[in-house]
Amino acid sequence: MFNFVRLVLVISALGLTHTYADDETTSGIQEYRDLLADINPAELWILSGEDLWFSAAGPNEASLEECDLGKGRGVTKGAYVELPRYFPDVGKVMDLEQRLIHCRMVIQGFSRDEVTSYPFTKRGEETSAIEFLVTFIASESKGMRMNIPLEHVAEQNMFDLGKQLFYLRAGSHDFGCITCHSGDNKRIRLQELPNFRNAEQARKTYGSWPAYRVSAGEVRTMQHRLYDCFRQQRFPEAIYGDDLITALIMFLAKSADGGVYDAPAMKR
Amino acid sequence: MAFVRFRVGFWAVCFILALSKIAAADNLSPELGVLLEEGLRSKGPVKVEQFLQLDPIQKFCSDSGVNIHSEEAGALMSEALEQIQYPDDDDYVGDWREGERIAQSGKGLRFNDSDDTINGGNCYACHQIRKEELAYGTLGPSLYQYGKLRGYSMQVLRYTWAKIFNPQAFLICSNMPRYGHKGILTMGQMRDIMGLLLDPKSPVNE
Ligand code: HEC
Ligand code: HEC
Repeated sequence: MFNFVRLVLVISALGLTHTYADDETTSGIQEYRDLLADINPAELWILSGEDLWFSAAGPNEASLEECDLGKGRGVTKGAYVELPRYFPDVGKVMDLEQRLIHCRMVIQGFSRDEVTSYPFTKRGEETSAIEFLVTFIASESKGMRMNIPLEHVAEQNMFDLGKQLFYLRAGSHDFGCITCHSGDNKRIRLQELPNFRNAEQARKTYGSWPAYRVSAGEVRTMQHRLYDCFRQQRFPEAIYGDDLITALIMFLAKSADGGVYDAPAMKR
Repeated sequence: MAFVRFRVGFWAVCFILALSKIAAADNLSPELGVLLEEGLRSKGPVKVEQFLQLDPIQKFCSDSGVNIHSEEAGALMSEALEQIQYPDDDDYVGDWREGERIAQSGKGLRFNDSDDTINGGNCYACHQIRKEELAYGTLGPSLYQYGKLRGYSMQVLRYTWAKIFNPQAFLICSNMPRYGHKGILTMGQMRDIMGLLLDPKSPVNE
């Protein structure tokens, strides 16, 4: 209970900084981090996600405890640092969110549309169940090392496609991920850009998502981050849950291999 | 029998559709083409079909092992140089105030924009320009005092115009967008941006 009260205090305080300029927000975040080293609003997402994982839901009135995230039925510990991976039961590589789509359809009996139509919380509307679940499962790998061995040929193939995508320069502005994320100490306006060709930066960056975004007042997933980078790079809209994003995530996860996973983090 | 014929026809149509889909993305490795085709959706001013048609420079620069000193690179650069259109009557320098607005605006050609959004240049995303604007990016070099440092000769005017029109003509696989060549900015907007950089009265050249 005490923790919860503290949490509410932090959240309302963050809500205030939100109206300040970028710089102040950044130093504000650092201040809260130092002040409350052990607390992050994302804790709320973890708790709700855990709840969702264990609750019966959908036409089948089933919980997700039957869902195999790659480490056996119902195992959430350490699942995230080994994803994306090849799943023999479906014969393809899936990232966490695709696997959750699969489990919620097959085990709980939801339709595809029901589990894909609202992936990212809109301002002022209810939080997406996907973001709750992802934050919970990701948090179950906190402190573990990223482990993406690419043993299966389908995994290697997914990685190759992700790499091609990372280097693809297209659209009205000729942008690719490479345009903004291949040099050290670069910025767009004031926003710092991680260099994914640098293993240390790739590990630190990949290992920090999902993250509580102070600017949004929400936890955002890697899927959302990439969705928004597609927008910035003048690419068409990425369809939620499709292999395209899984390929990119495979490339980024492999680039972060060996790094200590440390999410959910707190960001601007 | 009629049913069998229908089935054959059905599969033939599917096959032709599949072929034409791949053909639409024939500039890309077929697997990547399919992935993009299926994973992307047209929205606002961004159309998937158009997006999938990589031009020769995009194709060349999408290779992770690209050699920018190759013969092909040279050929692509000279072709880009030949295609540059210059303004009539050597009228290069427009209104720097309007240029500043264009340089500030990141609007246009994103999937959340509308078809009639007026595109910005978003130059500040990558360049320092006016001293007063501190929220500038560092992907490109500083353009502060651009004209003051280089002078205002016709040569400088022509080079700068050409660089903004198509930066690939001078550095293949440059990270800077091809504002003229790809029709991101109008000739008039480019003239105003030229004013920001190359009008001696622009605050950039104080
Ligand atoms: C036009 C510029 C641009 C392009 C192109 C771009 N990004 Fe980004 N990216 C950004 C910016 C700006 C940020 C930081 C946003 C912020 O701080 O709010 C960012 C942040 C990120 C982050 C999170 C970084 C962190 O510190 O946690 C990831 C991951 C990422 N981008 C991946 C990609 C990938 C993969 C692609 C290609 C599909 C891509 N980006 C293309 C501009 C871009
Ligand atoms: C996504 C990043 C990006 C954006 C946006 C961008 N540039 Fe650039 N620009 C660069 C880079 C990188 C260079 C240096 C490499 C090169 O020459 O291509 C450059 C170089 C230049 C140069 C040549 C400087 C010299 O000394 O020769 C000029 C002039 C220039 N940019 C003007 C502009 C203008 C005007 C805009 C907006 C309409 C703009 N840029 C937008 C990245 C960018």
